[in-house]
Amino acid sequence: MAKVSKEIRDKYSVTIGIECHVQLKTNTKLFAGVSNDARGAAPNTLISHICMGLPGALPVVNARAIELASRAAFALKSTPSAFSTFDRKHYFYPDLPMGYQITQFYDPIVVGGKVHTNVDGTPHVVSITRAHLEADAGKNTHPAGADYSLVDLNRAGTPLLEIVSDPDIHSPAEARAYAHELYLLMKYADVSDADLFHGNMRFDVNVSVSMTDELGTRTETKNLNSFKSVEKAAEYEINRQIGLLEQGVKIDQETRGWDDGSQKTTSQRGKEQAHDYRYMPDPDLPPIELSEDFIARIKETLPMMPDEWRSKLAGLGLDVSQISVLLEAEVDNSNVEYLLILKNNLSNKNYAKQLANWFVNIEIPYRRDEANNPRILAPQKPKLYKAVYDMVEANKLSSTSARNLIQLLLDHEELPDNIEQYATDQGLVQVSNTDELEKIADTVIEDNSQAVADIKSGEMKALGFLVGQMMKLSKGKANPSIAQEILKNKILS
Amino acid sequence: MNSKWLPINEIAEKVNNGSLRAADLVDQALKTIEQNTEYNAIIVTTADRARERASQIDKLIKSGSKAGMLAGVPFIAKDNFLVFGSETTAASNILKGFNAPYQATVIEKLEAAGAICVAKANLDAFGHGGSTENSDFGPTLNPHDKTKVPGGSSGGSAAAVVLEMAPFALGTDTGGSSRQPASFSGCVGYKPTYGLMSRSGIIAMASSTDTVGVLGRDVSDVAYVTECISGKDPLDSTTIESNPAGYMIDKPIKDLKGIKIGLVSEYMTDGVDEGVKNSIKDTAKKLESLGAEVIPVSIPSLSLALAVYYILVPAEISSNLSRYDGQRFGYSDPNAKDLDESYTNSRTRGFGKEAKRRIMIGTHVLSSGYYEAYYKKAQLVRTKIINEVQKTFESVDYLIGPAAPTTAFELGSSTNDPLQMYLADIMTVGASLTGIPAIVIPAGTVSGMPVGLQIMSPQKSDKSLLEVAQLAQKEINK
Repeated sequence: MAKVSKEIRDKYSVTIGIECHVQLKTNTKLFAGVSNDARGAAPNTLISHICMGLPGALPVVNARAIELASRAAFALKSTPSAFSTFDRKHYFYPDLPMGYQITQFYDPIVVGGKVHTNVDGTPHVVSITRAHLEADAGKNTHPAGADYSLVDLNRAGTPLLEIVSDPDIHSPAEARAYAHELYLLMKYADVSDADLFHGNMRFDVNVSVSMTDELGTRTETKNLNSFKSVEKAAEYEINRQIGLLEQGVKIDQETRGWDDGSQKTTSQRGKEQAHDYRYMPDPDLPPIELSEDFIARIKETLPMMPDEWRSKLAGLGLDVSQISVLLEAEVDNSNVEYLLILKNNLSNKNYAKQLANWFVNIEIPYRRDEANNPRILAPQKPKLYKAVYDMVEANKLSSTSARNLIQLLLDHEELPDNIEQYATDQGLVQVSNTDELEKIADTVIEDNSQAVADIKSGEMKALGFLVGQMMKLSKGKANPSIAQEILKNKILS
Repeated sequence: MNSKWLPINEIAEKVNNGSLRAADLVDQALKTIEQNTEYNAIIVTTADRARERASQIDKLIKSGSKAGMLAGVPFIAKDNFLVFGSETTAASNILKGFNAPYQATVIEKLEAAGAICVAKANLDAFGHGGSTENSDFGPTLNPHDKTKVPGGSSGGSAAAVVLEMAPFALGTDTGGSSRQPASFSGCVGYKPTYGLMSRSGIIAMASSTDTVGVLGRDVSDVAYVTECISGKDPLDSTTIESNPAGYMIDKPIKDLKGIKIGLVSEYMTDGVDEGVKNSIKDTAKKLESLGAEVIPVSIPSLSLALAVYYILVPAEISSNLSRYDGQRFGYSDPNAKDLDESYTNSRTRGFGKEAKRRIMIGTHVLSSGYYEAYYKKAQLVRTKIINEVQKTFESVDYLIGPAAPTTAFELGSSTNDPLQMYLADIMTVGASLTGIPAIVIPAGTVSGMPVGLQIMSPQKSDKSLLEVAQLAQKEINK
């Protein structure tokens, strides 16, 4: 599809709403005491009479899923509903054993909410319409060339939270930012593993364009499983719809799919094939009633959300991109505990600032380089960083040595008992001993007569060069400020 | 009464002390079943498993142990209970060949107490009907008159009890399916408070009114069984705790002094058979002679109960029957060319007329555009009925009336008129929609056919309901 020109595109307003299915990290399924982790399991091994929809089987709700959905409510700046119900959504499909999906149609567990995003420095707010619990379906596979299909019910009954946004999104970049922020929220609230590769979060993107105040006909592109595909599919749909409208062709309300290979959306199901789901309250499941105590307890146990962290980290002097690096790195690896360590040290602002810097500039890049093998466990890290910090404060480490020491220590599974002794043994402790430094200064002055002459004639830039030479000779151990003082005294007095 | 079976507690006591053998009891039950095949009360026996369990129980007792409150007591389960030892079909072709991989919770509880299931009783397929004619295994005949129906849908269970195939039988009751056959066949039929007995492993008809039904010869037996199978079940979230005082009638009440009983005017209208009304009036007098005050009460919204029932129940049925799609269990068209054909042919051939009728009605009332007018409205009226019934119980302790407008009708007389068939439920659906306990006890005959008295009480008052019913039955039998 040819991209429409900016001129044409600017005539249209774009409206996007996103539905996101988040797989909750429960041990067992939403309505059956069967393992919820289907990764690597042989087909149809994680099933019970409930997952199979056998006669007489009754669903029993998993209390943990209610808890996680309640946490998600707070992450979405909402409050879990004190009263919510389960409903049946009817349709026939081989991956849906009971002939209906159990979902929350009439009274969902989350009503309302907000997600704050930021695109190139411009803040946006996306309102949340609702979020509801529902059971996932199984998986159909269609072996190539076979005259049969296979059904795997391992995934049937996995608890999902479907988060529905208002149509508050107006560009592909905003759509991507929203999807990404949802991901961080679910990670920080510890509601989901949010493993996109394994489909823990799946996005359905509703797009319409219009030249008037009235919304245009929308299409829904389903089952996107990366932030990039959310952005690309929205972009593609906008171009496709404007292209059609410019030719005078009406948009069909339809369900579309995204093909990562061709980077295109394709029609899957038209409006005329839409189901009448005949929603009905599920008489097998009493309403979920949450007490005030329960709701208060959930709120208390919720960790700091990305938003709060952003303002805290900005207060420590980190810039937007550093903050982003830190917030991402935290969720990429659950064993790093950057934020927990920071949180425990927020009262000491200087130290917290130094920590955040070291995380962003030393530990995170160090871990990212696959050549390195950091073996340290998160609980040991507070000791590591405190020791390094104290040595820096006592002028015993240069910033270069601090970096070297941190990197060396990250490779330790067990930290040395005496970190200062270890640093000394590694030759990292900086030389503040003036006798020793004066000897080095003499050598440097003797070997660099031109620089010395420059300094004498007032070109102080050359002083930095001489300090650098001292650092070189001392193998980085010289305390640079003391070295500079000595040089000045020797040359200028 | 000259009965083949001792009271259930005495059977269990004798089995536990070694003076009766479970194996003999099972043989007696199977022999009686064999002698009465003409009534078609039984779909299939579980003879092999029953004999095996009997011999295990006898061995256990020989070794000096006890085998439980129901040691060696044979029973019959309606064929919509998932039970090991035979197929479970709900009397529908679509489930022929289905062997349950797990058992219903109440069956597990009965087995844990030492009871032995000997057979599966006939029913209207999936419980859809009031005569047990709508069975893919043919109709069951009334034990008192083979030209008449035994009532339904638990007609097989009621007939089995009356024919003394076992001391008790399990039925289910969604709108009267245990009480109305008890009335037509002449035995006790009890529907507990909704949720008192687990529905897990029972083939669902309408989840919001489905209950277990207990059928027996007398109320004491029924109360004794109730004690063993009631209470909260982690596999059914709609279950409730049982009464800590239990349900066994160990201290029978002696009179009904100070008790107020309301005779429901809506169940005694002109449309009700005169003979039935007279039997109920006579019985009311007997209750008065025990010291009760019997007064007529009107619950106007009850007249809407049947209409409400036949909207809500088909809605739930249409949903609950969705799983019978020919893909994982039960009948599947072997020649279907594709998925749609497999769905269509399996369901078209597997389900009978009545199931299809109810699926159609239920699908209609749940369709967008009709949901508000039918399903939603019916739920509102249901709430109104619940409120009115609760209010009535502020002025009376019990409600009584007939269980059906007539005695058992002729086989075939209503099978082509579904509306006429639905009317057979008119006096029982009220208790189902409101979730209250109700029991039917034999209360005389009209032209040789049994009439049942229905007694109802507030939710969770099952124990006192059983006590009053036990005393009433004793008085009626005098």
